[in-house]
Amino acid sequence: MSGMILLQNTAWLPEAASSIAPEVDSLFHFWTLVSAIIFVGVVGAMTFFVVRYRRRRRDEVPEPVKEKKVVELAWIVVPTILVLIVFAWGFRVYIKMYTAPPDAYEILVHGYQWYWEFEYPNGVKTTNELHVPAGQPVKLRMTSADVIHSFYVPAFRVKQDVLPDRYSSLWFEATKPGEYTVFCTEYCGTQHSGMLARVIVHPREEFEQWLESAGIPEDMPLAELGARLYREKACFSCHSIDGSPSVGPTFKGLYGHEVELEDGSTVIADENYLRESILQPGAKIVKGYPNVMPASYASLSEREVAALIEFIKQQQ
Amino acid sequence: MATQTIAAQKTAQSEINYLNHARGLKSWLLTLDHKRIGILYLISVVFFFIVGGILALLIRAELFEPGQTLMTADTYNHIFTLHGAIMIFLFLIPAVPAVLGNFALPIMIGAKDVAFPRLNLASWYIFWLGALTMLVGIVTSGLDTGWTFYTPYSTMTSSGVTWVVLGIFILGFSSILTGLNFIVTVHKMRAPGLTWSRLPLFVWGLYATSIVQILATPVLGITLLLLALERILKIGIFDPALGGDPILFQHFFWFYSHPAVYIMILPAFGVISELIGTFSRKGIFGYKFVALSSVAIAFLGFLVWGHHMFVSGQSATAATVFSLLTFLIGVPTGVKVLNWVASLYRGSIWLRTPLLYALAFLFVFPIGGFTGIALGTLGLDVPLHDTYFVVAHFHYVMVSGGLLAFLGGLHYWWPKMFGRLYNEKLAQIAALLIFVGFNVTFFPQFILGTQGMPRRYFDYVPEFTTLHQLSTVGSWILGLGLLLVAVCLLHSLFKGQLAPANPWGAGTLEWTHTGRLPSPHNFERTPVVTRGPYDYHLAEEIFGNGHGDGGGTPAVIPAQGQAQS
Ligand code: HEM
Ligand SMILES: [Cu+2]
Repeated sequence: MSGMILLQNTAWLPEAASSIAPEVDSLFHFWTLVSAIIFVGVVGAMTFFVVRYRRRRRDEVPEPVKEKKVVELAWIVVPTILVLIVFAWGFRVYIKMYTAPPDAYEILVHGYQWYWEFEYPNGVKTTNELHVPAGQPVKLRMTSADVIHSFYVPAFRVKQDVLPDRYSSLWFEATKPGEYTVFCTEYCGTQHSGMLARVIVHPREEFEQWLESAGIPEDMPLAELGARLYREKACFSCHSIDGSPSVGPTFKGLYGHEVELEDGSTVIADENYLRESILQPGAKIVKGYPNVMPASYASLSEREVAALIEFIKQQQ
Repeated sequence: MATQTIAAQKTAQSEINYLNHARGLKSWLLTLDHKRIGILYLISVVFFFIVGGILALLIRAELFEPGQTLMTADTYNHIFTLHGAIMIFLFLIPAVPAVLGNFALPIMIGAKDVAFPRLNLASWYIFWLGALTMLVGIVTSGLDTGWTFYTPYSTMTSSGVTWVVLGIFILGFSSILTGLNFIVTVHKMRAPGLTWSRLPLFVWGLYATSIVQILATPVLGITLLLLALERILKIGIFDPALGGDPILFQHFFWFYSHPAVYIMILPAFGVISELIGTFSRKGIFGYKFVALSSVAIAFLGFLVWGHHMFVSGQSATAATVFSLLTFLIGVPTGVKVLNWVASLYRGSIWLRTPLLYALAFLFVFPIGGFTGIALGTLGLDVPLHDTYFVVAHFHYVMVSGGLLAFLGGLHYWWPKMFGRLYNEKLAQIAALLIFVGFNVTFFPQFILGTQGMPRRYFDYVPEFTTLHQLSTVGSWILGLGLLLVAVCLLHSLFKGQLAPANPWGAGTLEWTHTGRLPSPHNFERTPVVTRGPYDYHLAEEIFGNGHGDGGGTPAVIPAQGQAQS
């Protein structure tokens, strides 16, 4: 065990700043120690044999060595046992690593080429800066908008791929306030190595303060708010903004143009039409599309409706 | 000794051998002789290795300092991808089987040639067709996906993925045909008396490799074809935007590519066994285990692909099973190392260049193995995955398995291939430089990785600078060593001392039953085998009083190589 304590202080591993990190590190140290011992044994024996049994005469032929079955058996059994220990230990750490406590504070993570966006339960969003409280489990629910990324915080010893069109999750409990680096470790194109972020761990009380002050300012421009709502309210899941077909009509080029309705009449997509279509989706059905838009959007505030209209206007 | 050399020279001038029996380019390009095809492959893979190596030096040079120094991020991404793709598909996979295997396998089993000589030549042409197709894509639009082509990036990028993938698809046929050829050859063409338990371990290694080549390569072919179709026709298999599943690609890809690691490693195991057997003049400890475990590893290798995906979002159950299986395959691999070391015990060890490479292998490969255990361990892989730890790990495995074994084997069979010895001292210095350079290059990368440095990074945070610089300096030493090997072997080709038929005192047929250079059909008459490959005490022909076609030439030890006291 004294060997392990020695290894604990090597500069090999980065700072350990999460609740799981020390457990990973002990396993890492155990593995290092066992490997090093066996390695020294193997290379030592090899060196010794090479020196000791150098050929002396050109036609020297050594006596065949009787193969001892015990020896062979021993070096099959011992490594198998060691390896099973490492496996079981690694399994335990892994299960802990991927089983988030039920009360974890959940933050949404979006990966983009080439930045990270973080979204907190109260709607606050940050880019490339993840704020978390210390001493509380945090669960990241992650998805990517384009290719596969991977979210990696060396100081926390956690990593998880972030996939398009699917959620993956990761949890950790940061133990020390401070700043830690986030890397993207799944190759994602030109700026892969520039896709850096920071985790800022706040003392618990300070985190609440930060979260409050980071709320959306009242004076956020309408179009910007609209773009956010388009994502947050999942409009994008049925309406594209690049003209591609989906469940509902695309927003691209919608504003100001004529729309053909199910009953054969036509209407110009002006502000009033858009407002009606958001608040009462069933009122006017566009030809060729099913009447499936949820009515829940009726609860949007005036400002939010205005923001969405502004956003749609911009998609020309 | 001088008289022996003169005698050797005399016979050398008159003998008809596979190099001089027909001359001219055409006689080479249309040859059906497995030995000449081996040489054609040698020239080809060495060419690609040089290209891949120059790219490696460029990668390391860019990483000498943080920030942009030599090239843009985009160029860097192309370069590391090409380095990886070329090294894997155009060097590692063909190197040992297609060069050394082609040259030595038929002679080692006492056959005139491989079972299908025309197919063998066709494999070489298909290799070039595939290589050229790849190069078309690379030259016209580059390749920036990493050699693993992960979707959906590879379906979105505008680089030459389609061409390259088609090229690899074609290369696959070359690999499959070679494998098929070897399997039939080993089954059907062994000399009388050459039972399975007398088969040289190199032959066992190639045999196991061939199984993997035949079973795994089609999966890669289909996967890459699907990828090409996805790019051209947008059919929605892998691209989530089209309703596909990117993880599916990873499953398909690693189902091939993990076994492919064994395509690179198993023949290397064979080479190492030959080298240790010959230069310690002892049987390989646990011959049966070493032989059969190669075949077992070949099959088990198909069951561990998921260990590349512990953090991809596959289920924890799958991850657990894959982790366990990974260890079960790891143990026999480790045990082989112990067998090789034990083979040296009470041997008669002759420290020549090929053995130096084998010893370097025995140093380097376990490090690759231990770090492989770390990566197979669920909780440890999570932080280490896709960092420089992995880069170091696979270089320790592949460069030791691929490169060191290839160089060791090349130095070993060189006198048989070209009938000349090389300057032993120079070759040993080169081997030493390679060993030192290799470790200086890649060992720091383990530390970089544990500290969190991700792979495939054009740039890095300043904390990592020192270790990166060390690694880059190492790459120069390694490069120098490789250059020296080239100088040494080229010099031997033109100026080297003529080699005796069996310069190492080896016990396998290519040394004991052929002349200085093998004749076009290998043997005057089919040899009859009466002993195992490493039964030196039974092998009179090795020491000059035998009656084999080796002519009883005793092991001539080159001037500076006096067996030491
Ligand atoms: C002078 C010797 C070599 C040096 C300095 C070198 C260096 C490197 C470096 C720095 C990377 C990039 C790692 C990353 O960013 O992920 C890399 C990747 C790679 N190398 Fe090497 N390497 C060398 C030799 C080899 C050899 C001999 C092989 C195979 C025979 C090889 C196979 C690979 C592969 C497959 C990759 C992965 C590429 C990828 O990530 O897509 N390398 N090498
Ligand atoms: Cu990324």
